[in-house]
Amino acid sequence: MTIVYEDHEGETTDVPVRRIRFTVNGEKKIAEVEPRLLLAHLIRRGLGLTGTHMGCDTTNCGACTVLVDGRPVKSCTMLAVQADGHEISTVEGLATASELHPLQEGFKEEHGLQCGFCTPGMMMAAKALLDENPDPSEEDVRWALSGNLCRCTGYQNIVKSVLWAAAKLRAESGS
Amino acid sequence: MSHALDEIKIGGLGASRKRVEDNRFIRGKGNYTDDITLPGMLHMEILRSPLAHARIKSIDASKAWDIPGVHLVLTGEMMATRNLAWMPTLSYDTQAVLATDKVRFQGQEVACVIADDPYIAKDACEAIDVDYEPLPVIVNPRQAVAEDAPVIRDDKDSQRDNVIYDWEVGDKAGTDRAFEQADVISKLQLHYPRSHPSPIECCGSIADFNRATSKLTVYMTTQAPHIIRAAVALVAELPEHMIRIISPDIGGGFGNKVPVYPGYVCSILASILLERPVKWIEDKSGNLISTGFARDVYLDGEMALRRDGKILGVRIHTDADHGAFFSDAQPSKFKIGLMHSAFAAYDIPAAHLTARGTYSNKAPGGVAYRCSFRVTEAMFFQERMIQAAADDLGMDQAEFRRMNFVRDEDFPHRTPFGFLTDSGQYAKCLDVGLKAIGYEEFRREQAEARAKGRLLGLGISTMTEPLGAGNSREYDILGIKMFDSAELKVHMTGKAIVRTGARGQGQGHETTWAQIVSHELGIPADDVVVEEGDTDTAPFGMGTYASRSTPVAGAAVAMVSRKIRAKARKLAAHLLEVSEEDVEWELGRFYVRSAPDRGVTIQECAMAAYSNMPDGMEPGLENTAYYDPPNLTWPFAVYIVTVEVDPETGVWDVLKMVAVDDCGVRINPMIVEGQIMGGLTEAYAMANMQFITFDADGNCVGSNYMDYLLPSAWETPGFELHSEVVTPCPHHPIGAKGIGECAAVGGPAAFVNAVLDALSGTGVRNIDMPLLPDRVWEAITYRRDVSGAPPVRSDD
Repeated sequence: MTIVYEDHEGETTDVPVRRIRFTVNGEKKIAEVEPRLLLAHLIRRGLGLTGTHMGCDTTNCGACTVLVDGRPVKSCTMLAVQADGHEISTVEGLATASELHPLQEGFKEEHGLQCGFCTPGMMMAAKALLDENPDPSEEDVRWALSGNLCRCTGYQNIVKSVLWAAAKLRAESGS
Repeated sequence: MSHALDEIKIGGLGASRKRVEDNRFIRGKGNYTDDITLPGMLHMEILRSPLAHARIKSIDASKAWDIPGVHLVLTGEMMATRNLAWMPTLSYDTQAVLATDKVRFQGQEVACVIADDPYIAKDACEAIDVDYEPLPVIVNPRQAVAEDAPVIRDDKDSQRDNVIYDWEVGDKAGTDRAFEQADVISKLQLHYPRSHPSPIECCGSIADFNRATSKLTVYMTTQAPHIIRAAVALVAELPEHMIRIISPDIGGGFGNKVPVYPGYVCSILASILLERPVKWIEDKSGNLISTGFARDVYLDGEMALRRDGKILGVRIHTDADHGAFFSDAQPSKFKIGLMHSAFAAYDIPAAHLTARGTYSNKAPGGVAYRCSFRVTEAMFFQERMIQAAADDLGMDQAEFRRMNFVRDEDFPHRTPFGFLTDSGQYAKCLDVGLKAIGYEEFRREQAEARAKGRLLGLGISTMTEPLGAGNSREYDILGIKMFDSAELKVHMTGKAIVRTGARGQGQGHETTWAQIVSHELGIPADDVVVEEGDTDTAPFGMGTYASRSTPVAGAAVAMVSRKIRAKARKLAAHLLEVSEEDVEWELGRFYVRSAPDRGVTIQECAMAAYSNMPDGMEPGLENTAYYDPPNLTWPFAVYIVTVEVDPETGVWDVLKMVAVDDCGVRINPMIVEGQIMGGLTEAYAMANMQFITFDADGNCVGSNYMDYLLPSAWETPGFELHSEVVTPCPHHPIGAKGIGECAAVGGPAAFVNAVLDALSGTGVRNIDMPLLPDRVWEAITYRRDVSGAPPVRSDD
């Protein structure tokens, strides 16, 4: 990779950078980042993974939710340098080449999305829930998703989508 | 024996077909404006005014220019040299692109910086030094018309005060007579608070001017790309055929993404000046404080009643606070949108509406937020007034409505304001709703609970609303008639592509337009691809807002399919070697009337259009339809809510909510239900928590999601939907009516009526939305009405 800077004579254009190592969707990466760079921007611009969306910039809407070491994190308020040494999962890592994740199927089956903008964050927050609690109640789902805002659906179908996925995952694991 | 296809199996009308667009969204492969990166792209950030009203004494941008990586700093002065400091609005006013003389609301665009990186652009914005001289601030219509009020729009030579218009509609003399004959006159005053559609995705654009081809391509978050193209052609004086507006996936719109915003204009000018792509992506505060708000109307009305419950007449006055520029996005003829659709569901002989619009030091906008142009305010006032009138008469809420409804046999019905409602079964819908909520039983429970000091309430909202502007006789925006369009191309193998002039933002057009084609032609929906949003390829249309997609563009899809079928019939006659009159149609197939087994499929006709057409026939199987609706469509809805109010805290909880929507024929029932649930949630939000207000200095309260509250899955109640009443629209080609907004329009009154019903007997007539716990507590404790009008009360 090459980075070209404008040459402003007599001025320093050196931007302080830090080298970080991290894993994204199972792939090991090294990046040189400005200390102030947000994790969401590293994911979207640096890695080109535009499935992680930015809605509010203030940790409220949850559109930028990713998993860091399996825990849901709003990537608009975490610095990229804080991801050093950690594992990040984004929506792009949910499906395999041949198969959708049950959450993805569930959202389509139960009409859990309309404009689609909040959907990746919703699915990642839901994944964190299901990884911990394979048999959640409706209330569990509503609580787990309470940090993610949707303006289109009214949530009822999102809740159904997550419960659909939970049932399928349980059936697959034979529990 | 019929060979007709099973319509549900091929994904036609009435199939709850799974959505096509989901395939990319669930994989994170949507393509929203901010996802697009072009080679050499620069980034733009906007510097906004911290003050609501101030004279600009000077702007010093020299430090910003000095920051490495900065390519351009634009100020109002520079815009003015290109005649772009001001732009026309959709309501025949002007709006500042970048401020020159004064700033007129907090958050107004003052300058912008274009840099290599958005972080650098933001740094540079902070380095711009603006010297302001503060001026007195106006935050409501009362202040706006006060004698000593400062004139906000002193940029306009003809403007001597803050009044934008005085307007009226209806029959004043007839209404006066009705009030003279009244036994009882019921009155109500309220404020429908300022709100913001607040899609999760903010606004943005990427302008890409190519000097070599002279072509300007703009990717932008717009619900109406063709209107934008026309606006750019007229404002920027670029030739229209050299402008291409592409609206990629949109992360929610709700009316917020209809207007032209200064950010779009600045990114376009910057790209022309720099000859590089320039991306502007707004942050949430920018979106909330500067882009199209909704509502902010003070309604004051009275109703003339006969003792037996018959409504004789209605008077309404509205004071609308339009902010610093009158930039409402609405049909040009109407100053306060379709406010005069109020009371359309009721048989009322006379009505009169007066409306005044004023400027204030607040953001401009006045967009149709999940609403057909002020219909939300109209229906909210209507249903609050109906409840107040029934209470004043001592009548049952449901029966008072029933006795005043327009009856099934009276359609089409001319309303006192001149609309022609098309069809409906109002009483039947009400019955379904009352049964579902358990009306009689709840009233008993309510009385028992009241005896124990518990406050239960039930609120009803019933309404019909005008959806799907226009017809072209009455509806235009800046002279452009509000029709819409569809183009259908059937390829030789029977697969097809549809393009329309609409632009979905989550409504599922890619799924439902294919279903209409499937219904009309028998081509399986999976064989039809839908494209929208690119002005170089889509036929001209007015876009998607005000629930107009299905009533107008959807009708155009049906009509263009029929044109295709008419040509296919000729091809079939040719293939079957009979005359056209002897050919019959069943879904997917033409056959010989006298020999039904002899037939050809629509796919065989398509192949023939490219390989075996009769002599003299123009080859191909493509067409375009422009649809000018004969009328608006008039869906009907009943929303009933039960609540419990905690008298000690003012907190209220929804016990149950029932929605009965009659929107005519449902193309995709699953999608329709999704629209209704989304609308109900926004209704709940408006009734419960979501509003934007201002302090006396014009500071916006609600400038971020910490202050501008939106309900999450945790707060949002469950909804019970009913679809058993279906009254097909008599003038729509497939009998459909608009539905996207009904619940957001009719819903709020149901919640508010329920809370006020719980407070019945306290003498409280009104609490302004949102019904925050402190407001409800104040009403209960002091037994008085509670106003929510700005400026917000301070604690000192």
